[in-house]
Amino acid sequence: MSKKTLTDSISSINESIAYDEETNIFSLKEVGTWLDIATEIKNLNFNYLMCITSIDMENSQLALAYNLHSTETKDSIEFNLFFDKDTEIPSVESLWRTADWHEREAYDMMGIKFINHPDMKRILLPQDWEGYPLRKNYKVADYYHGMYIPKDKTSWE
Amino acid sequence: MSFVDSILSSLSSLEMNYTLLLLIAVTIPGLIIFLLMTVNAIVAVYMERKISAFMQDRLGPMEVGIFGFKGGKRFWGGIGQTIADAIKLLAKEDIIPKDADKFMMILAPFIIFIASFITFVGVPLSQDFLISNFNIGILYILAMSSVGVIGIILAGWSSNNKWSLYGAMRAASQIISYEIPIAITLLLPVIISGGLDVHTIVDWQLQNRWLILHSPFTFIAFFIFFVSGIAETNRTPFDIPEAESELVAGWMTEYSGFRWSLFFLSEYTNMLIISLVASFVFLGGWGSPLTIINLLPGDYMYLDGPILGFFWLLLKAIALIFIMMWFRWTFPRLRVDQLMYLCWKVFIPFAIFNMLAVGVWEVLF
Amino acid sequence: MSKENLIDKSSINTDDMILNMGPQHPSTHGVLRLKIHTDGEVVSKIEPIIGYLHRCFEKHSENLPYEQIVPFTDRCDYLSSMHMSHAYSIAVEKMMDIEIPERVEYIRVIVSELQRIASHAFFIGVFGLDVGAITPFTWVFRDRERIIDLFETLTGARLLYNYVWPGGVSHDLPEKFITRTIEFLDYFEPQLIEVDELLTTNKIFIERTADIGVLDKDIAINYGVTGPALRASGVDFDLRKNEPYSIYDKLDFDVPVGRGEMGTVGDSWDRYIVRFLEIKESIKIIRQCFKSIPEGDVHAALPKKVRPRKGSTYSRFESSRGELGYYIISDGKNVPTRLKMRSPAFSNLSVLPYLSEGWMISDVITILGSLDIVLGEIDR
Repeated sequence: MSKKTLTDSISSINESIAYDEETNIFSLKEVGTWLDIATEIKNLNFNYLMCITSIDMENSQLALAYNLHSTETKDSIEFNLFFDKDTEIPSVESLWRTADWHEREAYDMMGIKFINHPDMKRILLPQDWEGYPLRKNYKVADYYHGMYIPKDKTSWE
Repeated sequence: MSFVDSILSSLSSLEMNYTLLLLIAVTIPGLIIFLLMTVNAIVAVYMERKISAFMQDRLGPMEVGIFGFKGGKRFWGGIGQTIADAIKLLAKEDIIPKDADKFMMILAPFIIFIASFITFVGVPLSQDFLISNFNIGILYILAMSSVGVIGIILAGWSSNNKWSLYGAMRAASQIISYEIPIAITLLLPVIISGGLDVHTIVDWQLQNRWLILHSPFTFIAFFIFFVSGIAETNRTPFDIPEAESELVAGWMTEYSGFRWSLFFLSEYTNMLIISLVASFVFLGGWGSPLTIINLLPGDYMYLDGPILGFFWLLLKAIALIFIMMWFRWTFPRLRVDQLMYLCWKVFIPFAIFNMLAVGVWEVLF
Repeated sequence: MSKENLIDKSSINTDDMILNMGPQHPSTHGVLRLKIHTDGEVVSKIEPIIGYLHRCFEKHSENLPYEQIVPFTDRCDYLSSMHMSHAYSIAVEKMMDIEIPERVEYIRVIVSELQRIASHAFFIGVFGLDVGAITPFTWVFRDRERIIDLFETLTGARLLYNYVWPGGVSHDLPEKFITRTIEFLDYFEPQLIEVDELLTTNKIFIERTADIGVLDKDIAINYGVTGPALRASGVDFDLRKNEPYSIYDKLDFDVPVGRGEMGTVGDSWDRYIVRFLEIKESIKIIRQCFKSIPEGDVHAALPKKVRPRKGSTYSRFESSRGELGYYIISDGKNVPTRLKMRSPAFSNLSVLPYLSEGWMISDVITILGSLDIVLGEIDR
């Protein structure tokens, strides 16, 4: 499909989808409708979800970047969602099973919770870890299981 | 004249209590067997390490020597390696896991060791080198080699380790199943030569020809027997109970030190026993290669005799052990259900058909 | 009276046995924990637990300048380090719009394909070891040592190279590199035939791997499986051909696709044979590169300061395990704002619970081995 028809067909799914010509990225601010939009995108033959990246925007908002690809038409698009810190996002795990572990990682690292995810728990860190490491305001806790975590590491050289 | 008989007769000139005499007459052969098993283990382990190393394009043990003698030129270093390993194993700490069943865990290696020890009693090493004169030799060997399964199951169960349990359960089903083809194929020489005693079978072969070449059915029977024998001793491709890449060491996982060396010893003894029995029963026992097909006239010297016979028998057994080791480093291992399929749906029908066919052949020819 | 009435099964409590294939195990290719629920020998559910090797790569990279991140990328997939740094360099160069000299492109391709041969050869040895054949493992490692020797003459390191930098490579090829590599390739091709004879057509190997863990192609794409595992399911998808980067559009090579020769399309034997054939294709590519490599200065395009423009990019690369993606967001500073590495083995491993349902424990090992994962890049 040519680029124009592709962008038109995606933008026409919902009027809250914005498209940025320069960076070639679609963005969405009302995340409640994300599952329906994603279903429509999947019906447009985007059957391969490449990556879900969780981003901490500096202005107290979080973002999620979805990179999608179609193995038939060889098109790739990127979809960004912007939302506040405690919003819960609909999970697209029922559409693309790749999202299962990627969303768990987004929860683990950035603290984004997903609705209707079959197994929402931490994936890379231990289950009793406190805090979400990839946030910009993350501070390492002082104690973990009673062990003191040293902050001054200059004597380690 | 068996060993026990000869000791009894030579010592009967001394005026001793009969039970004491019997005790001595039994202990000395026991020690000899134990010595044989140890020597076999030492040589077989060294052989295995060198053979596997050469097949895998590396060198194997090269450094350890005995009394300063390393073993000579380029490849044959490291002669004392097994002895050093044996000493290390004897001195190792004996670990028993906290929740394991202590009595069973201590008992299991001894049961396995006793099973191979007792089987060795019935295996003659030459015309005159035998411990005791059994007239049901083959049956005795078959029966006694089955005792080892109990030890394996006990070892796996008492270790309180789920992986050992897996290994033990697999071993139990495997060993018990593969005894059936062994038993059926061992019946063939009994049918042809007419006796259960090992001497009868070997004498028949020395007078006629080696059983492996007697008829196409005994030829097949040799292969079924040999492959089932490899399955009995848990060697690759049938080493699923101690599969290294899945179960770490299977049923032996929690054992260390002296107990582990008992398992090891009995595994190599089992290999030797299977090779020896295959040599007697199919490959002519202690006859020289001239007896393969008896073409020469009756009184010609066939390079026989008690000492030479021992040498020929050992040669055949070592050749078969070499083939067992060769298999280990060539083939991947079979999965449990494929192993069982092989036994019950391939070997047993063939073995039974073989038995019937041999009977027909004997009647016709 | 039927047989069922004689046996009262209601009081027999059967339960699934939970086995722990722990972090330390000879066959889990790293520190991976698998919680296996089994009914006897048959698996009913598997739960992989990862994170034992998590080293906070993404958080570190938010404090490091772009050129200092290259050694960190090497350590993610330590068996294909050249691919990791090559992919990262391509991502940064896309954001900076640098024009790379041709000699650098050729060197990068040669080094990447040599690394692919090393990684796939390692896979063959270790897969044979999982299935029980111990000898091909030692043979393959002997040959892999020669590749590592070549890399040592090139970069000075055996496994973690820090070689491909954004804008170029760190050293030029040494004097005799080309002759030595051609010698190695001539030596290696007959060795492949030896390993082939021992494993590929061995009846026991086929029984252990054919028809086991069949991955259907739609399900593979849905789970995000890429690389040789996807090609074994019959999908002709190779980033070097579909979206060529570097000089791959000038090179002539085939993409092996699984055809189900010994069983069904997408079984473990197919995943094995696809990687085996890819080694041969990589040898072809390297020979072509040596014929037409131009002269030039490899440091010509190395930027003094790596400051990409503002924006974000997602760049894709075909590593030996699948599609390696880097998503970089930059604010114009000399450290990235967000760097995410989409590792192929992460998605490849997530298909393991689906594939192993209903098979035995020995098959779980076979399937896990055929997916070819490296925990370093899963956990980062």
